[in-house]
Amino acid sequence: MDRDRQATEDFSLKALRAGDRVEFARLVDAYSGVIYRLGMRMLDDPQDAEDVLQETFIKAFRHLGGFDGRSSISTWLYRIATNEALMMIRRRKHPTVSIDEPVETDTPLEEPTQIVDWCCLPETEMMSSEARAYMDKAIEQLPPTLRAVFLLRDIEGLSTEETSQVLDLSEAAVKTRLSRARMRLRELLSGYFGERLADQSLAHKEEA
Amino acid sequence: MDHNNCQHLLGALSDYIDGELGSALCSEIEHHLQDCENCRIVVDSLRKTVYLYKVTAGPPGMPSDVRERLYKRLDLNEFIEKER
Repeated sequence: MDRDRQATEDFSLKALRAGDRVEFARLVDAYSGVIYRLGMRMLDDPQDAEDVLQETFIKAFRHLGGFDGRSSISTWLYRIATNEALMMIRRRKHPTVSIDEPVETDTPLEEPTQIVDWCCLPETEMMSSEARAYMDKAIEQLPPTLRAVFLLRDIEGLSTEETSQVLDLSEAAVKTRLSRARMRLRELLSGYFGERLADQSLAHKEEA
Repeated sequence: MDHNNCQHLLGALSDYIDGELGSALCSEIEHHLQDCENCRIVVDSLRKTVYLYKVTAGPPGMPSDVRERLYKRLDLNEFIEKER
């Protein structure tokens, strides 16, 4: 992913700003895949993800003239896409829920309750389609702003600095939110894989 | 087990698995982990959680009909065929 980004960062800003369609098509070709993946993970809905994808590039085309080049073009695209996705969550999914509130970064981190050493489970078990479906559901349970930080940092491979530019947060806030997101996911996955582990040892006992 | 210490270190574990902690806090955590089984499990499962999400993320991409509609919407029809 990092290598992909470097290889595709090579765009002529001058051509893009002048409305060069060949260069814009290159940009779309390079980034539409990652933007769609981000939309799918943020919204868990193919239609919403497609809307975010289209809106991102429509806005990018419209506003390229105002892009100052201070961040990389990929960071800028992620920024448009993440804002679109967060707005969509606000609008469509939970019209009454504020997406900024549930983060509670001032409150102490919840103490882990799932203390199960499930790391010894076989990888086939951890990567089964059922496990993956559970992992996707766990992401959906994160408050949207924590979800965005987690996806940008751990799935899209953006740096802390890039993520802070995408979300207009300080780097310290990015780290705090990433920590919270990861700890919550760890908690959820530990509950799930802990049960798999219990099933497994039960099966062993029955065999014996 | 010094439970207060666990709570105090909890917020630093994410930076710890990324190797982004200053050396003082890092060695404090490592020292604590030697004596605290629970925190060791939390660190291992935290690391495994992040690892699992990374390896199962899948490559970027989209269904071909989504790509086609995107290019049409952007008035880039003549570039649709040039899929990588």
